[in-house]
Amino acid sequence: MSTNARSGSEMSVGPLGPIEYSGARRVGGPLLAIAGVEGVGWDEIARVRLPSGEVRHGLVLEVSGDVAIVEVLQGTSGIDPALVNVSFEGRPFDIPVGDGWLGRVWNGMGEPLDGGPPMLGRERRAVNGAPLNPSRRDVPSDPVFTGVSVIDALATLVRGQKLPVFSSAGLPHLDLAAQIAAQANVAGENFKVVVAGMGLTHADAAAIRDVLETRSAQGDLVLVLDTADDPVVQRVLTPRVALTIAEYLAFERDQHVLVVLADMTSYCEALREVSSARGEVPGRRAYPGYLYSDLASLYERCGRIRGHAGSITLIPVLTMPGGDITHPVPDLTGYITEGQIVLSPDVHAKGVYPPVDVLSTLSRLMRKGVGEGRTRADHMALAAQLIASFARARSARELADLIGAEALTETDRIYLDFEDAFLRDLVNQSSDESRSMEDTLKRAWNVASVLPERELTMMPRAMTAAYYTGNLREGEGGLGADNDPAPVRASPPMGDDHG
Amino acid sequence: MERVNGPLLEVAGLRGVAVLDVIDVGPLHVPAEVVSIQDGRLTAEAFEYTGGLRVGDGAVSHGRPLSARLGPGLLGGVFDGLLRRLEGGPTWLVPGGFGEMKSNASWPFRPALVELGADLAPGALLGTVTVGSNFEHRILVPPDAHGTVTQLAPAGTMGEDDVVAIIGGSPVTLCEEWPVRRARPARERLQPVAPLVTGQRVVDLFFPIAHGATAAVPGGFGTGKSMLLQQIVKWADAEVVVFVGCGERGNELADAMADLSALVDPTTGTSLRERTVVIANTSNMPVMARVASVYTGMTVAEYFRDMGYRVVVLADSTSRWAEALREFSSRSGELPAEEGYPASLSSSLAAFYERAARVRTLGGAEGSVTLIGAVSPGGGDMTEPVTSQTVRFVRCLWSLDRDLAYARHYPAVTWRHSFSLDGETIANWHASEGRLGWAEARARALALLAEADRLDSVVELVGVSALPAHERIVLLTGRLLREGVLQQSAMSERDAFCSPAKQTALLEMVLAVYDRCLALVDGGLPAAVVEEFDFTAVTRARDETGPDDADGVIRLRDEVLARIAEAS
Repeated sequence: MSTNARSGSEMSVGPLGPIEYSGARRVGGPLLAIAGVEGVGWDEIARVRLPSGEVRHGLVLEVSGDVAIVEVLQGTSGIDPALVNVSFEGRPFDIPVGDGWLGRVWNGMGEPLDGGPPMLGRERRAVNGAPLNPSRRDVPSDPVFTGVSVIDALATLVRGQKLPVFSSAGLPHLDLAAQIAAQANVAGENFKVVVAGMGLTHADAAAIRDVLETRSAQGDLVLVLDTADDPVVQRVLTPRVALTIAEYLAFERDQHVLVVLADMTSYCEALREVSSARGEVPGRRAYPGYLYSDLASLYERCGRIRGHAGSITLIPVLTMPGGDITHPVPDLTGYITEGQIVLSPDVHAKGVYPPVDVLSTLSRLMRKGVGEGRTRADHMALAAQLIASFARARSARELADLIGAEALTETDRIYLDFEDAFLRDLVNQSSDESRSMEDTLKRAWNVASVLPERELTMMPRAMTAAYYTGNLREGEGGLGADNDPAPVRASPPMGDDHG
Repeated sequence: MERVNGPLLEVAGLRGVAVLDVIDVGPLHVPAEVVSIQDGRLTAEAFEYTGGLRVGDGAVSHGRPLSARLGPGLLGGVFDGLLRRLEGGPTWLVPGGFGEMKSNASWPFRPALVELGADLAPGALLGTVTVGSNFEHRILVPPDAHGTVTQLAPAGTMGEDDVVAIIGGSPVTLCEEWPVRRARPARERLQPVAPLVTGQRVVDLFFPIAHGATAAVPGGFGTGKSMLLQQIVKWADAEVVVFVGCGERGNELADAMADLSALVDPTTGTSLRERTVVIANTSNMPVMARVASVYTGMTVAEYFRDMGYRVVVLADSTSRWAEALREFSSRSGELPAEEGYPASLSSSLAAFYERAARVRTLGGAEGSVTLIGAVSPGGGDMTEPVTSQTVRFVRCLWSLDRDLAYARHYPAVTWRHSFSLDGETIANWHASEGRLGWAEARARALALLAEADRLDSVVELVGVSALPAHERIVLLTGRLLREGVLQQSAMSERDAFCSPAKQTALLEMVLAVYDRCLALVDGGLPAAVVEEFDFTAVTRARDETGPDDADGVIRLRDEVLARIAEAS
């Protein structure tokens, strides 16, 4: 796979190097119109030089006759059409690839933010990538461990999967994203993480840098940060830069790579802004009609390729505006991704971190990542049982809210205990606590064991025989709602330390 | 080339080009479709990435519209929207990445009994080749050829471009080209008669589809749409299945392919892959090829239909296709209608669905194309343009419901907002197969489900104890119908496919239990006592008997009825 093959066509530059054109015919929004150009190709990168010596980058949006329309990535503020100089590079926007990205912090265009030298390298890749031939894809399998119990136990992330986090404003989704980026591993094999922040506040960006410092120092992490005050056109490039780095690591260096993209809602808003500046016909909620295809061109870059050892696993994080899951951003994301992790303000209000709404959370590929030889033989059945029981507990809770807990049947009251234990001992953990799969499964069984064995109808008998720990309770009698269930271990009060 | 704006190209000075002809542009021969011509300037939409194309680049016309190359190499293959073979193609799909499209494969040819000098019309059989282990691929006189046969190839091995016969002075090769936007002709359209058996109970029993009819499957994400479609790909009783993955997930496609290769067709003993043609235009592949992909899939289906086969086309998802139409029209500056979709959306949808039909082919055989299109309503909103337009043109609607899916009721086809217009036709077919009670059982079950839904909402307000006994039995029956008949496990070897006989037996079992329980409460037994009976045998029968074991279900029914009699 040569550079040219990935970059599309050979875009030639004149024999004397790039020609510089002086003056623009029109400036407005992010766009410049340059007249009198020759041999400029669509989607080429342009260098825009201001009289002050400042250099900005732009992309060719349209060539028509001798006019090229250039979209300036850093915006056109301060550009005097008479005094600007523009040259064309003869290639699409691309970045060097190599290991030099690891352990460093970059801005959305791949320029250093940490005071280090710029990334250099002979091999370059166009950031737009190219579609992967679907017949070359390998089916995702084998788990990625996040160290977060509720995800590992109930919505296991599978190598090559795309599993988004749907959140709302005010919830700790960035904490969760950073925690996953800091802790994720594939049990001993080579593992790299690429985190792209889009439209982050400086405070959030600093917090993420802090949490990921150790991993970055080990040279296993690439951090690409676009902050809320960066130009929007750059935000559109940020995830592409991150994914291009990841594709190199995964498919040319045989690494397992996790890519975290946060916050995709900011990305989509940037896309909407750019689209509106281009004068395109708006679709639903004024997002461009191609939002689905655009998101797919990012999300579909994850996966596995037959004959390659590496993989790209993707976690897009997005905030649902107004908590609305039917908003175009979560909706179109949900159509492309393979499941979702949903964070809920209700669970957050109970002081549980991570505040995952278990019933609307789903990893569609989980079945391919768990079981004998991957996690443990009982994992899938246990997860299904816990979710089914939690759904039953939820209805018991709703009933109790209406008619009072005393009026519930004895079994339903045990379900209320189960709900408490579930949130307290399995879901809740601190944001710097990484739990092993073994620990997570042990906790899951302890929670399941709050219920009488007869309630575990989805578990094969051999599995309850091996792991069920609640038999002691069966003989005890007098199961009042206030009895402390024996098998549940003492644990710290909820929500004390997830800051 | 005069102008490049993404996939939208303007070319001047190219003559002899008609609208919808394909041109190749630039040094990498990026294919593009001409959409309008004004004063000698062509406007074209590129099928691939146009980065690097410049004003002044050259363009060459193919001299014909976008055409599919149809031949024996199709079955078992995976192709892109322009019918270029993806297996063996490049890993990364970049312009110019596909090499020579012709394959070196060859097949054993056997000529038909045709006398030299005979006058042949389109559709006449010239011979057959065997594809895969035992598929009889019929080579016919193409729709645009006719005349006297002056040469017919003898039996032997033939490649794609080898001449099978010379008819009316022109050679007919093993492969033919057909423009994908044009429906292939047939002698006449026939009325639907028999159902397409999908093996999925909620479809076959309640909302059945006939061979040659159309169905739409709307469902928000997470409602199991792709899963249902994949089940139909696996189990539909058709000779050929064309699966068009239009703007969907790559991983899902890889998974479906692996599944199909692993599964064996019970009737032929070969891998299900061998009867399937996959057109894959995943969501990250170029958008314009997505517009072409559904037409390409339909053309492939019509090609096999013309051989006298029953073909099913599954398009997942037609919404992505409509979005591609929208992208295209907005770029070419058309006035937008609802939500930015072009005003031509409904006529495009209607024309596409109308290509499905049961026909008398030009050669006189019977063949059919059944079309099942998934629809992805944005935000689950069934009033959005693509969904609301599509339901007007289809014979069947299988609506997927998010609440059912969340309750893990799969397939999540809701009986409230689904329909089939072919119920009566299919009832007649069942009667002719000896299942005389099918229509009545179906009607009773649908009425019971509707009544149970109404009662459920009453119970939420007043509690179950406020209902009279016979209504409580209706509620109970509603649950048994949902759990014992409507729900079906795609993961279970016994339950994934269910034969019509077993389907009917399961339905009649629940109705028999209903009748018996109703008689008991009418006889004075409290409803609460009946509700406490152990009905697990009823809800588990689907998984405890083989896929075609109607007798097993009947045995279980008799046991349950006997136990109810004992207990009362």
